[in-house]
Amino acid sequence: MNIDHTHFRQALQRTPFHDRYAAMSTTEHWATWNTYKVPYVVDKLSTEYFSVRSGCSVMDLTPMEKYRIEGKDAFAYLDRLLTRDLSKLRPGRVTYVAWCNDDGKVIDDGTLFQLDENTYRLCSQHHQLDWLLMSAAGFDVQVAVETHDIAALAVQGPTSYSVLTAAGIHGLDDLKPFGIKDLQCNGFPVTVSRTGYTGDLGYELWTDPDNALALWDAIFAVRGQYDIHPIGLDTLEMVRIEAGFIMPGFDFNCAEATVRNGYDRSPYEVGLGWVVHLDKGHFTGRNALVAEKARHAKRRLTKLVVDGNKPVGEAFIYAGKNGKQVGEVKCTTWSPILKANLAIADIELRNGKLPQSLWARFDYQRELKWNTAWAECHAQTKPFYSPEHKSATPPNPF
Amino acid sequence: MTQKNYDAIVIGAGHNGLTNAAFLAKAGLDVLVLEKNDYTGGATVSRELYDGWKYSNCSYVCSLFRPEIYNALDLGRHGLKVVPLTASMTFKQDGDYFGSYSNPNIRRRELMRHSQRDADAAVRFDADIMRWCRLIRGFLLRTPPDPGSFKPRDAFEFAYLLKKFYELSETQIYEFIRFFTMSIAEYLENYFENETILAHYSGGSIIGTGLGVYSPGTAYVLLHHAMGDVDGNVGAWGFARGGMGAVSGSLASALLSYGGEIRNESEVAQILVSGNKATGVRLTSGEEITAKTIVSNLDAKRTFTTVMDEKDVPPYVLERARNFKIRGSSGKLNIALDGMPTFPALPKDSPLTLGHMHFTDTLTRLERAYDDWKDDRWSADPYCDFLIPSQYDPTLAPPGKHMATVFVQYCPVEPDGGWSDVKRDQFGQVVIDQIADYSPDFKDLLLHAEIRTPRELEDEVGLTQGNIFQGELTFDQLMFNRPFPGYAQYRGPVKGMYMCGSSTHPGGGVMGAPGANAAREILRDLGKPDTTPEEFSDD
Amino acid sequence: MTDVLIIGAGHNGLVCAAYLARAGMDVLVLESSDSAGGMSAPRTISDDYRFPGLAHATYPVCKAIRKDLRLDRYGYVAGTPIDTIALDASGQHLVIGGNTVSGGELPESDAGAFPSFKSQYLEFARKIQPLFLNKPPRLKNMGSADLKTLTRLGWNIRMGLGKEAMYEFLRVAAINIYDVLDEEFQDDRLKGAIAADAVMGSAMGPRTPGTVLTWLQRLQGELNGPLSSQGGAQLVHALTQSAEDAGATIRFDARVEKILIDRGKAFGVELADGEMVKAKLIISNVDPRTTLSKMVGAPRLDTMFANRVTQIRGSGVVGKLNIALNGLPVFDGLSESQLGNRLLVAPSMRYVEHAFNHSKYGKCSEHPVLEVTLPSLHDRSLAPEGHHVMSLNIAYLPHALEGGWEEQKATVAYKVISQLGEYSPNLKSLIVDHEFLTPLDIESEFGAVQGHWHHGELSIHQSFMMRPLYGAAQYDTPVDRLFLCGAGSHPGGGLNGLPGRNAAKRVLELGGVK
Repeated sequence: MNIDHTHFRQALQRTPFHDRYAAMSTTEHWATWNTYKVPYVVDKLSTEYFSVRSGCSVMDLTPMEKYRIEGKDAFAYLDRLLTRDLSKLRPGRVTYVAWCNDDGKVIDDGTLFQLDENTYRLCSQHHQLDWLLMSAAGFDVQVAVETHDIAALAVQGPTSYSVLTAAGIHGLDDLKPFGIKDLQCNGFPVTVSRTGYTGDLGYELWTDPDNALALWDAIFAVRGQYDIHPIGLDTLEMVRIEAGFIMPGFDFNCAEATVRNGYDRSPYEVGLGWVVHLDKGHFTGRNALVAEKARHAKRRLTKLVVDGNKPVGEAFIYAGKNGKQVGEVKCTTWSPILKANLAIADIELRNGKLPQSLWARFDYQRELKWNTAWAECHAQTKPFYSPEHKSATPPNPF
Repeated sequence: MTQKNYDAIVIGAGHNGLTNAAFLAKAGLDVLVLEKNDYTGGATVSRELYDGWKYSNCSYVCSLFRPEIYNALDLGRHGLKVVPLTASMTFKQDGDYFGSYSNPNIRRRELMRHSQRDADAAVRFDADIMRWCRLIRGFLLRTPPDPGSFKPRDAFEFAYLLKKFYELSETQIYEFIRFFTMSIAEYLENYFENETILAHYSGGSIIGTGLGVYSPGTAYVLLHHAMGDVDGNVGAWGFARGGMGAVSGSLASALLSYGGEIRNESEVAQILVSGNKATGVRLTSGEEITAKTIVSNLDAKRTFTTVMDEKDVPPYVLERARNFKIRGSSGKLNIALDGMPTFPALPKDSPLTLGHMHFTDTLTRLERAYDDWKDDRWSADPYCDFLIPSQYDPTLAPPGKHMATVFVQYCPVEPDGGWSDVKRDQFGQVVIDQIADYSPDFKDLLLHAEIRTPRELEDEVGLTQGNIFQGELTFDQLMFNRPFPGYAQYRGPVKGMYMCGSSTHPGGGVMGAPGANAAREILRDLGKPDTTPEEFSDD
Repeated sequence: MTDVLIIGAGHNGLVCAAYLARAGMDVLVLESSDSAGGMSAPRTISDDYRFPGLAHATYPVCKAIRKDLRLDRYGYVAGTPIDTIALDASGQHLVIGGNTVSGGELPESDAGAFPSFKSQYLEFARKIQPLFLNKPPRLKNMGSADLKTLTRLGWNIRMGLGKEAMYEFLRVAAINIYDVLDEEFQDDRLKGAIAADAVMGSAMGPRTPGTVLTWLQRLQGELNGPLSSQGGAQLVHALTQSAEDAGATIRFDARVEKILIDRGKAFGVELADGEMVKAKLIISNVDPRTTLSKMVGAPRLDTMFANRVTQIRGSGVVGKLNIALNGLPVFDGLSESQLGNRLLVAPSMRYVEHAFNHSKYGKCSEHPVLEVTLPSLHDRSLAPEGHHVMSLNIAYLPHALEGGWEEQKATVAYKVISQLGEYSPNLKSLIVDHEFLTPLDIESEFGAVQGHWHHGELSIHQSFMMRPLYGAAQYDTPVDRLFLCGAGSHPGGGLNGLPGRNAAKRVLELGGVK
């Protein structure tokens, strides 16, 4: 990537889709994501939310960090980098992965796309080039940032399959969850993966930045037939909690950016034990995780349904009402589709188990007046919301 | 005239002397500060040496000043206004430059412009440096324990230090020891690969030291420049509106508000001692003033070898004072400019001219600059920290004109054959030439330059050998070794005599901590309530 | 299957082998060359001239090792004590003994101050000895042995030294030798000679902080006895005998390429010819960078650990020049009987610092620091009748010389000889042959990365519990069943054998091959 030395004139970069967002934004409520200007809310939060759950949402993913990993040792490299056993991954497939530092603390999570025999794309929440290159010592592998060279769009919601088909992207019928396909859209190539961060039926579209606006326009050309809305980060936060997805750097500290001792988290502590395969051979953090596995886990990020409808916000979790403080809420949302209060909380375990009774104590505001409330919490192991239509292949048409 | 009997006399109205006196006065003591110059502030000063221009001709930025002291002495109400400095940059020899912008997005993209990897490594670097800052900051407003003592207080203090270390993980403990004992160049190479970025971040670690970027122990010095904060922005540097004189001005105002007194043009010739007890001071005018408590803001060498009579000083202290390492290594230029100089490498609207500008873009150039100093020469290609503060503080220069300050590393205490005015000007010319390499109109705009070598710093402000930290920041002179082993708790060798200058823990930089720490010990000895603040907790 | 496989028959490998064999283990040492000793193995040029290895004047080996391995029984004797002669251009040489200094019109104050200064620093060295004789303690999660080492160290420093000496120790421990010597002495020759000893073998100048510590490390050797004319050959011979007598086997011409690992556990090695040798434990006397980065390989290690291995500093700065002479050289101002001493060309600290300066930028100084011995004066068998061998250590020669060593090797050797020729006018005319080992040659010859004597700089941040790096400082590594025992480990180089001994103790502490 070539950066001009006058880049200081624009503190926030514009994604290739920015002009369209800007034209549709009624809130002008912008956030910063990886030095790019992206919306919190484009027009109205509830409309955007329901476009994910009931219609079709469109979100710009360009700022997400994307790394291209290729070379003879690409598999061996990733096998040593990531905690997950990748032996079942095949070209044209995607898998969810996490990686740890030497101490077995989570650095970040992401999705790994196998594009070809020896070519992969790793998408991550945070900046990882330093760690990825450091990990490359001793491997015949090239790691390059392609964040800014690929325009990415998430098209998610029950009607997303129908919308994309109507928009001229054909060949999605047999694309299974976590599959990748190289397709065409009105004459230009677009790579489509059936992946997402919403827990609903959905796709992620990857194309050259030069085709970005044409892709956007092709999708929005069918807006008359379908309920399509551009969405911002606020909606994403709601739907990802409903889907039970955690976010490194928000729900827990990323290991490399943690200042205080003990403030970072192992994969077991954040509920990612299922992507740790200790018996697959050596990977970074394995020694530490083997030792940790032998002990009782001390804490775990836990999905909670909180009774009532008062906004939970920032809250401590107690073992029983007025009991001992055992944790704290990391993220929370009111789920319009479940009509329930959802939270993900960091909770201390006793002998490896959650306390039996969990209560949240929190403050909430009514017309500027603060009140205190207690609400009982119910721990969940499954995603809060996981509709069947999400995984149907071919997806249900609308 | 009847001589007033003071509770305490502070020798020297530097920022630490004023801080110390203010806390003593706040505790109800009758305090007198004696200053040899006709201005207050010592090296924390702004003076009009060229008609219409105000030079902060010694120290020039304010970042380390402890917020606890600022708060406890109410310096905001006493007129101190700090403007955060927004940027720093290094010019490259190839016509490009590296800028460290204050906006995090721009900072990141500028790092990416030079190295994508370094931009990402900065996350790890920032977290690690923050960790060490948090650790060290906890020790600034505390009296170092004495390893030779078995007193409960020292044992408690050691336990406190140990506890702080044990809050780190085992890995972090080793990393901290490495950080503490490594050279800045090697430490940074654990993170960064780009030569310019390495050079840029190394500079702060050699300021004021007799060490090079590859000398072990310099990584730690980075903290002396990075652990300051301007309201939450750790590592941010600030500029006091009105120049550094505004810092000492506000301290003096606080002192006066508590009933303290300052007498200028009153140079102390000797600390009077009777029966192993300090009894007062004699001025060069012959006047004697008595007080039960005498506090020296002078550096340790000057205190024990000049203003104390040899017979009053134990041989050990005298020997340590004579061998106290206080070699100056820095020079300073204060420059009056007829207008704003231009920098062809920078776009016209670049905010980088508002911050620190540097001209040494490789570690090798920085190390070679140090080699010159080792051989008692000024650096032929020095590390310069160049600032034009009049861009945001109009009180410093007439309208349309500018004031520039250049801190220069390295300049010898004494070049071969000693200093002369001609040599001083030759030294200044090297600096001016280096700046002019990147600013072609700089020389034409130059109206006046005050050139200060260690000789001038010593003569005017009384910093022995022109050392800006009142003693080098090497391991033999840190913590319980500062200034000397066994004398790190601010008490002098005779009863009632104390030290409060940067020669004492935690050392130099316009921090105020030595002054406050000394006040705490004095008040403790006098059985008075402690008026000095505890450190703000960050947990 | 072999119990223990040790890679490298350098002296530390042999010490480790002898200890473990004595503990009843089945030990096999694999050596890539055709003889034992590594850097301390003797060298021969022009058939008839034999030279000591890199070390040509040594302190006796650690007393405990001498006793435990019965080295005296196997022919080890501490060599003839020698003095150090600080050469002076005008012939006013200083003779520096263990505790005395004389000659050369030395200022009386210096002559008077030297004995107490030296004994104070020897005392410092003695008090920190527990740190050297044991595995480095961990600073958190420590075991009882760590606690014991730290307690003894603390007690020694606080109570053993007493308050004043403790203050002085804490003051100087981490600083540079330059400032300490400048404070103590006036004479440039004396200061230059001590400073040269403090920095010899390190990429540090007298002004570099941490050089008091490197001197204290050197003084650890002097605690075992005075400096002697001995090279390492005799020690290596005795160690070999001791190890073999205890049942250890040494296999020569067996170059290990790879350490074999399965699921984080080392189980053998692969030789250059493809042969696999299995063992229950692998101990590497090879330098840690080669062991961990090449033989194990970064992929088998955690990312940050592997990265920290690549960050280990240790670029050799000392070259070795072996000169065959057809007669005894004459040195102005030195009697023939004095020539058997160690001659030092380090006339002032500034001289040493200047020599160092050039090496920082990949250049050789025109005025290097030289350490010269004439081993044939002590052992007549080293050279033909009437002939002599002269051995020089030369500092500072950069490992990566700007422009490359190949083109400049002859020029540098010529300059060194000319430099010494200023003290010895007939030297040049006596030269029959010579061999010059630059740091680059030392690397290729002995396999030590960048040709560093100590397999890694003895800087503070690479000492004790950080040597060669934390995570492998207690001789065991993150790879199960793989240990380190070379100079790259605590307490570092010199012919003391301590890394080998401490590593063997560590292996036994962890249960041996069980």
